[in-house]
Amino acid sequence: MAEVKLFGSSGSPFSRRIEVALKMKGVEYEFIEEDVYNKKSPLLLKYNPVHKKVPVLLHNGKPICESVVILEYIDETWEGPSILPKDPYERAMVRFWVKFLDEKLVRSIGEEQEKAKEEATEFLKILEGTLSGKKFFGGDSIGMVDIVANFIAYWFMIPQELAGIDVLTKEKFPKLNEWMNEYLNCSIIKENLPLKDKLTALFQARFQAFAAAAAASVK
Amino acid sequence: MNLPRNRGSFGPHLLIEDEVDWDQVVQINTRIGEVKLLGTQSSFPCARIIWALKLKQVQYEFIEEDLFNKSPLLLKMNPIYKKVPVLIHNDKPVAESLVILEYIDETWKPNPILPEDPYERATARFWAKFVDEKCVLSSWEAMKSEGEEKKKAIDTAQQMFEHLEKQIKGKKYFGGEQIGYLDLAIGWMSLWLNAMEEVGQMKLLVPEKFPSLSEWTHNFIRVPVIHESLPPLENVVSYFQGGLDYLRSLSANKS
Repeated sequence: MAEVKLFGSSGSPFSRRIEVALKMKGVEYEFIEEDVYNKKSPLLLKYNPVHKKVPVLLHNGKPICESVVILEYIDETWEGPSILPKDPYERAMVRFWVKFLDEKLVRSIGEEQEKAKEEATEFLKILEGTLSGKKFFGGDSIGMVDIVANFIAYWFMIPQELAGIDVLTKEKFPKLNEWMNEYLNCSIIKENLPLKDKLTALFQARFQAFAAAAAASVK
Repeated sequence: MNLPRNRGSFGPHLLIEDEVDWDQVVQINTRIGEVKLLGTQSSFPCARIIWALKLKQVQYEFIEEDLFNKSPLLLKMNPIYKKVPVLIHNDKPVAESLVILEYIDETWKPNPILPEDPYERATARFWAKFVDEKCVLSSWEAMKSEGEEKKKAIDTAQQMFEHLEKQIKGKKYFGGEQIGYLDLAIGWMSLWLNAMEEVGQMKLLVPEKFPSLSEWTHNFIRVPVIHESLPPLENVVSYFQGGLDYLRSLSANKS
């Protein structure tokens, strides 16, 4: 029986975050794919009764929920490259940006089109500013902010190409676009996790479902 | 306290009486003026920070903000959210109360407020996040809504409290025998929730439904550090009433 299990979903950026972190630390784990849209497993509901969501990390039979909480747990439990910096002030800055990403950016994606575009643009500008002179948010190598910012690739870059939504253009956000390329091409991501093609396929399927639902509801 | 400027290495030639505990003086000296807290007396996120600083015996300067007329310092130190609390340590700002709590714990090591064990830390962080994202919001919703909506909102809030009730059962504090990070995070349920209940004319923390959680609130406010820093209830009531009136005036202006 594997010591470490991850309940997740390949289409979920939140669950991907945990996979990146586990790979960084070289931790062996069993991935349990959850069908989050149709039917969640009894185990998932048992281990995350409060939110009933992925990801859930199970370590020695004990569950940890909420991707950001799991990332800190992984950093504290296993040796290897640091996910958070060592200095308390830098750690505070990382935690601040992580909260900003999850509370502001993720939320702005859930809203209606025009308002979402405005808000997202404003927040992305702030983020673009923090990349000054750095390859990654974490400096020379990826850190917690890079891991948490992964959804930018999921929800902006790929849908942008598919549906022509032009929020994160190269003209407006040169540094963020560069960051996305660096992130998707860095060894941890490239060698271990599904590439753009698979993500694109996943999104295409999801988009078709949405388009069909939207067409049906307009009637 | 005025210490002579050229103290050198605190040698015996200094102009201070012998009875002075020199170590203590050095400690006080390095603490004062180094730590500032921008906040308001009635805000519970600010209270969290005050409690933590007091538990760690860190000297700090409290700067009261007028939230309707924010100071240039606040706007400079927290440009993204423009909110309190903001901790300024050696001129460097930290914003977001839970982030500040962790920073305080990592910077001043004596009297740790987070548990040592990684799994327990994860558990504390999970529940603190839950409290801020679900409990506070749902209580606020219940406070400001009316009629049928209010009933539903009260129901939702109480469902959230259920989870906390389970967590505190059989324990004196969320932190165990002594208060810790999670107690500070949930501390608003001791006084601020009372104020919300008064403003919203409702009862959320019903003792019959939440006996352990209710008992915890009584234990919490009796902790000396907490007890001596609680703002008067009527101030917090005015604070929430003011906030509610402001929100209502905004929506009235829109329509």
